Amino acid sequence: MSSITPDGRLWEEHSLVDPVHRESQAIGPIPESQLPDNYLTNGLGWKSWLFTLDHKRIAILYMISVSMAFMVGGIAAALVRFNLMTPNSELLRPQTYNKMFSAHGIVMVFFFLVPVIPATLGNFLVPLMIGAKDLAFPKINLLSWYLYMIGLIIGLLALSFGGVDTGWTFYAPLSTQYAYGNVALVLVGAFIAGFSSILTGLNFVITVHKMRAPGLTWFRLPLFIWSMYATSLIIMLATPVLAITLLLLLMERLFHIGIFDPKLGGDPVLLQHLFWFYSHPAVYIMVLPGFAVISELITCFARKPIFGYKFVAFSSIAIAVISFFVWGHHLFVAGQSAYAGIVFSVLSFLVAIPSAIKVFNWTATLYKGSIRLDTPMVYALGFIVLFTIGGLTGLYLASLSADVHLSDTYFVIAHFHYVMVGGTVSAYLGGVHYWWPKITGRMYPEGWGRTAAVLLNLGFHLTFMPQFILGVNGMPRRYATYAPEFQPLNIMSTAGATVLALGYLLPFCYLLWSLKYGAVAGPNPWRATGLEWQTTSPPPTFNFDKVPIVTIGPYAYNPEDDERLYEEEQRNGHHPLDGGALVQARTTTKEAVAGGESVG
Amino acid sequence: MAQGVPVTEINEEIAHDVHGGRHIVPVSVYLKVFTALMVLLVITLAAAAIDMSKPPFNMPSLNIIIAMTIAVAKAVLIVLYFMEVRYSSRITWLFSIAGFAWLSIMFAFIFSDYVSRGWLPQAPR
Ligand code: HEM
Ligand SMILES: [Cu+2]
Repeated sequence: MSSITPDGRLWEEHSLVDPVHRESQAIGPIPESQLPDNYLTNGLGWKSWLFTLDHKRIAILYMISVSMAFMVGGIAAALVRFNLMTPNSELLRPQTYNKMFSAHGIVMVFFFLVPVIPATLGNFLVPLMIGAKDLAFPKINLLSWYLYMIGLIIGLLALSFGGVDTGWTFYAPLSTQYAYGNVALVLVGAFIAGFSSILTGLNFVITVHKMRAPGLTWFRLPLFIWSMYATSLIIMLATPVLAITLLLLLMERLFHIGIFDPKLGGDPVLLQHLFWFYSHPAVYIMVLPGFAVISELITCFARKPIFGYKFVAFSSIAIAVISFFVWGHHLFVAGQSAYAGIVFSVLSFLVAIPSAIKVFNWTATLYKGSIRLDTPMVYALGFIVLFTIGGLTGLYLASLSADVHLSDTYFVIAHFHYVMVGGTVSAYLGGVHYWWPKITGRMYPEGWGRTAAVLLNLGFHLTFMPQFILGVNGMPRRYATYAPEFQPLNIMSTAGATVLALGYLLPFCYLLWSLKYGAVAGPNPWRATGLEWQTTSPPPTFNFDKVPIVTIGPYAYNPEDDERLYEEEQRNGHHPLDGGALVQARTTTKEAVAGGESVG
Repeated sequence: MAQGVPVTEINEEIAHDVHGGRHIVPVSVYLKVFTALMVLLVITLAAAAIDMSKPPFNMPSLNIIIAMTIAVAKAVLIVLYFMEVRYSSRITWLFSIAGFAWLSIMFAFIFSDYVSRGWLPQAPR
């Protein structure tokens, strides 16, 4: 069990493996008994899971369910991609093709990308990172998972039996008057899932305001928390509009009340306004949590404090605010007024500024760092490349004249996959690897981890780079067939998708394997400085035996020290700090606080 | 010296912060607000029954202006009293105002699209 030593460390027992090599020394499964008592051992029956109020267990419930959603969405994507190997839709009937890309988009956006990082890593880490025992409202947290599950099940049933062919955007009047299938049910599913994310956002905001450990001022918060906070603000301000929009769609579809259909006196562009008032901010609901993860990974594996902490922190808030002023860039060719188009175009360029601040500051953090290419870092570096390409191509699309040509082509598809899949999913996987030892108490196999990360990045570029070219050449999105001259690039893309799929399957397999066979990680295998690393792995049910008092900022890393220790390790065969000590403990004793010790 | 504060002490503090400090509103206040809402409802209906584009008013938009004003007044009453924002902390005020400010962003930009759609001369067909 964890305890506190006089010199300010929070635990005493030694980690059981050499954390640098981190490979299991034992052959065969390593028994649970080598891990400390923890939230996983506290109750074993299914009831202890389905009625749990522990944020860490709810995070695991979410992790399992979003992974299921990811698989379903992935299968639909595979069908779409294989269908596109030939120009004439030989695999699927065109109607089925439409259903597949709709199912793919709906599942991936509403049931995977929106909840994925906040509800899993966020749920697990927000209380740990701020030194709290749980979120402010544990029951609401559990409720949010149930709402998500209800929405997911309704959505999946509706998509499997009958399906919809409207795309994830539900544009009217197609969705309200002409589309066959279960549009109404899918709308209900997305509506319910929306409430689950509102509850998560609400919980995070209140937790961050009210439950920070003593001494943990706003500017000592890890950047993960800042980004999660910004995400929560967007969730709370935007998702209610989605709810209303979906209800209006339902009213028109079920009761033929004229809102969007011109035949009934409505305006179809109004739907696009309402939809994108939510959905553009929602793309930042999806990617800001990715930023959250990356800031933690880059600092830890470059052993450097973040470059320009306040800029990175406030850029999250700036993104949250500006993201609400740009939605009209999805309506440039939809019949929106040209003047509104100009305003939205200019504002869209603005949102690139805070995004670029992040990228520059991460890059600057690497400078003169003591960089280690462990799996999470490979994901983090991949993320920076992918997000930069995705973000920059967004600027092409935000230019009015270019968008007239590029809108509704594969260029748009490539753009948002670079940001959402390359960005968010890479960050998620990087985060899962980084915090896996904390979540499960065990290490994943490092060799496999790096292999999968490299495969993923290669597969990703091979899949989506050709789509930029296809888009510029004029291949439209959302058609089952295409002109034959586009075939070579489409085959490249499908080949890439196969590599990509392998890259996703590998972690799934070896992470499961590591639950039984992974080496015991110890409290802090990365020698990271966040509060979450100052408790045992996996943490006890209430996270900390004593609430930590925080006296310095979050990234007390020192690259020179790290290099010196590394050299010593090379000489002596073991790391001088092995045995559970931190490079620099982030917390300190009460006397030190009273003595006004340095503040980071 | 042990570091940190025992978990239980902190929890009580948090519990107080999150749930505590709650103002208890007398029932009479709720009844008064309810009455006010009902009166406003009657006024809404009465005002809607009169066509203000005709004499003696001759103001085509007056109907909608009156209806919206009353609607806003009702919403404010509900937010302040039924949702207890009036008795809440500054930060709660900030968040509830932000909600409405954000809604106004949405309306402002959507309406500016509708208003400006006719500005550009259309090419003759
Ligand atoms: C640098 C900031 C960004 C700019 C300026 C930008 C700009 C644009 C523009 C103008 C479009 C519309 C293209 C069209 O339909 O013709 C678009 C589409 C899209 N963007 Fe971005 N984008 C940015 C970042 C992001 C991020 C970070 C994400 C997600 C994490 C994202 C996700 C999407 C999605 C999903 C679509 C397509 C939606 C659809 O029609 O199905 N974008 N982007
Ligand atoms: Cu957008």
